[in-house]
Amino acid sequence: MTNVTIGAPPTDKAMAAEKRPATRSKLSRQRLRSAWIFLTPMLIVLALVAGWPLVETIYYSFTNASLSNIAGAEWVGLRNYYEYVDYGDGEGEYFGLFFDSQWWNAVWNTVYYSAISVSIETVLGLVFALVLNAEFKGRSFVRAAVLIPWAIPTIVSAKMWAWMMNDQFGILNDMLMTVGLISAPVAWTANPDTAMWAVIIVDVWKTTPFMALLILAGLQMVPGDVYEAAKIDGIHPVEVFWKVTLPLIRPAILVAVIFRALDALRVFDLIYVLTPNNTDTKTMSVFAQENLFQFDKFAYGSAASTFLFLVIAMITLLYIKVAKLDLGGGR
Amino acid sequence: MPTAVKKTGFYALVVFIVLFSVFPFYYAILTSLKSGTALFRINYIPVDFSLANYTNVLTNGVFPLNILNSVIVAVTVVVISLFLAVTAAYALSRINFRGRGLLLLTILAVSMFPQIAVLAGLFEMVRWMGLYNSLFSLIFAYMIFTLPFTVWVLTTFMRDLPVEIEEAAIVDGASPFVIVMKIFLPLMWPALVTTGLLAFIAAWNEFLFALTFVANNDTRTVPVAIALLSGASEQEIPWGTIMAASVIVTVPLIVLVLIFQRKIVSGLTAGGVKG
Repeated sequence: MTNVTIGAPPTDKAMAAEKRPATRSKLSRQRLRSAWIFLTPMLIVLALVAGWPLVETIYYSFTNASLSNIAGAEWVGLRNYYEYVDYGDGEGEYFGLFFDSQWWNAVWNTVYYSAISVSIETVLGLVFALVLNAEFKGRSFVRAAVLIPWAIPTIVSAKMWAWMMNDQFGILNDMLMTVGLISAPVAWTANPDTAMWAVIIVDVWKTTPFMALLILAGLQMVPGDVYEAAKIDGIHPVEVFWKVTLPLIRPAILVAVIFRALDALRVFDLIYVLTPNNTDTKTMSVFAQENLFQFDKFAYGSAASTFLFLVIAMITLLYIKVAKLDLGGGR
Repeated sequence: MPTAVKKTGFYALVVFIVLFSVFPFYYAILTSLKSGTALFRINYIPVDFSLANYTNVLTNGVFPLNILNSVIVAVTVVVISLFLAVTAAYALSRINFRGRGLLLLTILAVSMFPQIAVLAGLFEMVRWMGLYNSLFSLIFAYMIFTLPFTVWVLTTFMRDLPVEIEEAAIVDGASPFVIVMKIFLPLMWPALVTTGLLAFIAAWNEFLFALTFVANNDTRTVPVAIALLSGASEQEIPWGTIMAASVIVTVPLIVLVLIFQRKIVSGLTAGGVKG
């Protein structure tokens, strides 16, 4: 597992022998057959757990399904997304997901949260990675410490921070007041001005280690003699960083950013637990879950889910293009 | 800049990183050891050592059962996904067949699926199969994120093994299944431990499916149980108990992660798994 490029393309030297025409015989046919026998169980499970449910979700988004009557869902076309109701007197109103201000609020929250938290995590992750890449006493200890937030379940970190951010007894207010940054306690998770920032703080705390590790893997790929040469030439370390290190690790950073962005766009648990029922932090996933299971608007929730899926699918395609994955197996 | 200043600055940064990473969990432990009104006094160093919260969470209510549920779900998910993934990874990494690129692409795409996109369909399916409120629904549903990831990482690992190791076996006429079991499996335990552990953590931490497919206190898993822990009244959030429960379910993970540190880091970077 020395490979550090994410999603390294499976190439195969192992196939060299098989490609020779002489051996392309009974043996290779037998291997081909067993390949499919090996793959079938996994493919069936994936089809059942991912493929079919996705098709169903998309289907429900075009029906009037409700939680109590999913089986009796009837096709209603695009009505969950877009509907114009004519009131008969020349007046009318648009309904559906595309005209739902709460939905667009959730979209905006998701984009805002993703953009800010991923940006902070990238910068902070880069700083962490640079520190961890330097040689110093106690480095392995620091590396272990950095892994701790990553290992903590999201729900637990949400609760831990909810307690630290408690308006009356929270240690965060105590710290900031001792230092003099704030003069009165702040209700971090309830105040509309700070609720989103509370979520971002917890997310940054939890996922910066992941970012740092991915960037560190990229840093360790940079050959040491590059730095040697720069040192001999007397180039300032800051300049070396901007002109040499950063361009070399850019692919690693880019891939890490896309991975994190995909993750941030579908955020659910952190927001659901840290700031329940708060329109200031409600994201697309939370909006969809609420409609599906709390508001008895199963079809509408399905439409929101489908929308989110399309957004993520587009970013995934972008990722596959950017990372230039070689999926053909060597060619 | 004088070296002394630089050095101090660097170590200040190191201290900041360590405090930033460790302090919240340290504070959770501190809180879990407080009982009664001690909870509402803010301390930075441990002064109270009461185990009341721990005995409370472990003896009252169904929390021990929730832990057991989480263990059952996570272990079963790991075993099933590793079994399915080893053979599939062999086919994907060592046998050349048409459509392999497309298959790998599909698996990668599934690993990036937002869970919410399949939630509605999966919910209906779980109900239809009669699995609602049972742990089987979670074991089944968790395959969506553990399987693509394990297949992907094991494929990467297997493809890096040299050709020679299976050449002799192929010449001897060993069947592919024998080759996987007798030749690859013994070589793969480091990769299996890493992917198994990452899959375990993912299953242990999962929240959305667990919240949706199980509505019974006895069959809940740990994350949902902690999220729903409440006190005698609405206003009274039992922070001490919540922190004790959090520490109980997190300490084993942290110990595992620290033991397998290096392997996890390499597994993470190879698979690009989410945190």
